[in-house]
Amino acid sequence: MESTILRTENFNAFFGTSHVLKNVNLAIPRKKISAVMGPSGCGKSTFIRCINRMHEFIENATSTGIIFLDGENIFKFNPTMLRRRVGMVFQQPNPFNTMSIYKNVISGYTLNGYKLSKTEKDEIVETSLKHAALWDEVKDNLHKKGTFLSGGQQQRLCIARSLAMKPEIILLDEPTSALDPISTSKIEELLLVLKNEYTIIIVTHNMQQAARISDYTAFFYLGELTEWDETKTVFTNPKNEKTSNYITGRFG
Amino acid sequence: MNYSTSSFFRESRNLFFKVLVIIFTIITLFPLIAILFYIFKEGISAINWHFLTHMPKPVGETGGGILNAIIGSVFIIVVAALIAVPIGVSVGLFFSDSNSQSKLYRVSHLAVDVLQGIPSIVIGIIIYLWFVKPFGKFSAVSGSIALAFMMLPSIIKSTEETLKRVPHSLKEASLALGVPYYKTMIRVIVPTGLSGILNGVILGIARVAGETAPLLFTAFGNPFLNFSIFKPMASLPLIIFNYAISPYDDWHQLAWGASFILVMIILFLNILTKLAERKWKVRF
Amino acid sequence: MFGLQKKEKVVKNLKFRESLYRKTLSLSAIFIIVLLSCIFLTLLISSMPSIKAIGVKFIYGTTWDPVTDEYGALPFLVGTLMTAVLSLLISTPFALAIGLFLGEFYPTGWISGIIKNAVELLAGIPSVIFGFWGIFTIVPFVRAIEMKFGIPPYGVGILTASILLSIMIIPFSASLIRLVISMVPSNLKEAAYSLGATRFEVIRYVVIPNIRSGMSAGILLSLGRALGETMAVTMLIGNTQAIPKSIFDTGNTMASVIANEFTEATGKVYFSALIEIGLFLFVVTTIINIIGVNIIKRFKV
Repeated sequence: MESTILRTENFNAFFGTSHVLKNVNLAIPRKKISAVMGPSGCGKSTFIRCINRMHEFIENATSTGIIFLDGENIFKFNPTMLRRRVGMVFQQPNPFNTMSIYKNVISGYTLNGYKLSKTEKDEIVETSLKHAALWDEVKDNLHKKGTFLSGGQQQRLCIARSLAMKPEIILLDEPTSALDPISTSKIEELLLVLKNEYTIIIVTHNMQQAARISDYTAFFYLGELTEWDETKTVFTNPKNEKTSNYITGRFG
Repeated sequence: MNYSTSSFFRESRNLFFKVLVIIFTIITLFPLIAILFYIFKEGISAINWHFLTHMPKPVGETGGGILNAIIGSVFIIVVAALIAVPIGVSVGLFFSDSNSQSKLYRVSHLAVDVLQGIPSIVIGIIIYLWFVKPFGKFSAVSGSIALAFMMLPSIIKSTEETLKRVPHSLKEASLALGVPYYKTMIRVIVPTGLSGILNGVILGIARVAGETAPLLFTAFGNPFLNFSIFKPMASLPLIIFNYAISPYDDWHQLAWGASFILVMIILFLNILTKLAERKWKVRF
Repeated sequence: MFGLQKKEKVVKNLKFRESLYRKTLSLSAIFIIVLLSCIFLTLLISSMPSIKAIGVKFIYGTTWDPVTDEYGALPFLVGTLMTAVLSLLISTPFALAIGLFLGEFYPTGWISGIIKNAVELLAGIPSVIFGFWGIFTIVPFVRAIEMKFGIPPYGVGILTASILLSIMIIPFSASLIRLVISMVPSNLKEAAYSLGATRFEVIRYVVIPNIRSGMSAGILLSLGRALGETMAVTMLIGNTQAIPKSIFDTGNTMASVIANEFTEATGKVYFSALIEIGLFLFVVTTIINIIGVNIIKRFKV
């Protein structure tokens, strides 16, 4: 049994009176890729935004229950601290358009006021870009703004930016749905390499993607966690009828 | 329905109306062309190196220039911007980031609208009562404060609009990196909107550059060159006013020259904002 | 993992800075509100000596004489009203024409660019330069008319000031009208066109009826603008203290009398009376602006 890095305990989320996540109990294993799936509106995006407490930025968003990161209750510590241990990559690539590639990668540090020497910065930028499989493509243009990069490259830049913070978990919210198939497969390959060092939680509506890269899959339906198991089990022998309906395409 | 109007009548009425609208529109251009023509014709002949680099001569002597007015205008406006920009950007930032139903938002937004509508002469009175009378003398800084009041609404509004247009995804990216909210706003959102904010400042400056009424009892004007903000200072609109209503022809000449300079400056600032606007709008 | 030592201190620091940020912003918003209140209070308090000495006679008194310390502001109220109304009458057809030109007939293309820029240019010319130009162009023109009709040829006066004022408020008025015209739902116009209406008929039967309340807001706001205009009016209105009886008379507006006499006002009541005029101006323009802005806001939503 692999060790658990993230555990939710009777977790519920609300937008005003709307009950969007119902009693979620989940244990995410360390250094594996866990996919979160389900039809639109099932709460999967909400779920990962609760993990780094980004859902709190929405008005009238409340939650009950606990989420444990490495045994600590994330609601007990400062959210900005939490977000330095849990990184996030979004559906639309969003590099900072006023910063160069170099500055983008290191932005987590500079914006937070960390003073690093030039050698430290250079090292972090190179390591992160290499980890994000982008180094070779941009190493001669580090000080240009990222606007000339393609969508796929911009997304890898955002991944590098998150990696620079050396997080424990990386959350990805449909990271390839805005990209072309080639960029998508490049990022999927990347994730398979990254899981050796980071825990990855990826929201995706693309079943083939989940089947290709994830070790574990969670399936949400109308806010409830209806299935959680190793991916091969979920796809070949799901326990819940709703899961099998979704997989066979009866809704979604 | 008894449709009695003939097609010919309707078509001719339609054409007549269109022609009327076009004529009226063109007529409104006449004063503009006339003013610009006048300013150019009279002003150009007054402009020469001497004009730009010398002080006005006392009554009766010919020659003289408007150096003190040019320098004075620049001085007063720069100080006004220094006062208005920090306050204006803060308020604009507050507006862009607040809940539009909150009481503070609604009342202060109303206050900004009211401030924008206050006649410039009333602002002049207020600054006189607050900053001239208690100190017993006219001063350039009181003129700057008056102009700052008048610049505030446009800086606030353009800051608010600019920041509201910055894409939400940039905010999210920064927050997800664990950057605290206040830092996200100050170090990511504001710098991204910087060119739009700057634009609003330049626009505000262009608007107050020609204002005379607020300066009448504050900066007051000064026939000599003065670099101290605590003393009265000359400025282009004031010198135009004083020379225009004077009975002397050569002072009228100077006033046309000064008008030319002033209009050129305002034109230049407006073109600057147009170009900057185009460059900035393309990005989003 | 980096920097998670000293967690406690960093967290406290963070909370402090977040609240500092919020508080500074709120404070700046409160500053504007306080500023405005202080402006009003200052005007009120400084008008007190005049209010106490003259009372209501201020509004209907017709003599304004610093020598005898009599301050009836009626001539200026009349002058203000006459110039403002006259300038609105003159400018509105032109502003409407520009609004229709840019909003209906030529919304795009090089022609609209020229007209738009020309109107903006007109808006950017300072008031004092308008007044200066008026002295050399409009005044002789009006003087010629007056001589033809056997009226005292001042050249300056209510009419002259109103003409300049109308030129100056056309850009503002036109932009409001354009805004209001743009808010007419295009599907209504399309329906009318599809029934075979000509453009004039669409404007007459669809656009104009739909902009009625917007137009009144636009006229109100333009009125507010006209009331506050000082320099050009001061230079062209003649600056006399009697109630103007015709548009060819000279007179004064509230703004121009302040501009002319403020620096010369010795004497406590004289000074305070001028400020009382300023108070009037402030209150009237504020009310007009609030009403106008609210009408437009309701329109937008």
